[in-house]
Amino acid sequence: MLTIAADLRDQIVAHAKRDHPDEACGIVAGAAGSDRPVRVVEMTNAERSPTFFRFDSTEQLRVWRELDDRDEVPVVIYHSHTATPAFPSRTDVGLAAEPDAHYVLVSTAEYGNSPGPVEFRSFRIVDGVVTEEEVEVISHGS
Amino acid sequence: MAVEVRIPTILRTYTGGAKSVGGRGGTLSEVIESVEADNPGIKDRLVDGGDLRRFINVYVNDEDVRFLGGLETPVDDGDVVVVLPAVAGG
Repeated sequence: MLTIAADLRDQIVAHAKRDHPDEACGIVAGAAGSDRPVRVVEMTNAERSPTFFRFDSTEQLRVWRELDDRDEVPVVIYHSHTATPAFPSRTDVGLAAEPDAHYVLVSTAEYGNSPGPVEFRSFRIVDGVVTEEEVEVISHGS
Repeated sequence: MAVEVRIPTILRTYTGGAKSVGGRGGTLSEVIESVEADNPGIKDRLVDGGDLRRFINVYVNDEDVRFLGGLETPVDDGDVVVVLPAVAGG
């Protein structure tokens, strides 16, 4: 199960709506071993594409080093689908390289940049196997 | 040339859990060969058909080698090579 504060979920949704129709991507960092996401880091989608995303490699190195320095890990890795449901694509599964992360997908297919509900789902992706998990939204960070 | 090579979590099965290993060589390609000699199997996760795998990022002194010389990027004593799987999908 993913437990995430409402304000962090809202930040992810706002990012996805803002970048629609391109895919938005980022992480939510949290203390190593805590499994608790606390800090959204929006990443640049170097592909700037409605069908693909890739973290900008230079930015990724900088952010990953910052995580190390703070003894944090990417508890959540998120991205948006802008024309399809919030379910990992074959590409998502093939490229998933963080077995300990919660892979969050949001779909802006229905409302795009406009206000309106967004599908928000979380998955584990381990060795090519996708398992959906429950998302528990709590009112604040701790 | 002796360099330090930082290994991401997902490839530490090849390094006995080590976060970083020593490498030797004058180019990234030679460094990878030396790391392969000590940690058999890891090269195939980094290189495919004479080129870096598309979704593996390698940095020499914080610079993505795709913007340097790729596998032929020169390395010097004390350089740090970082390997990071790209975060990507569709």
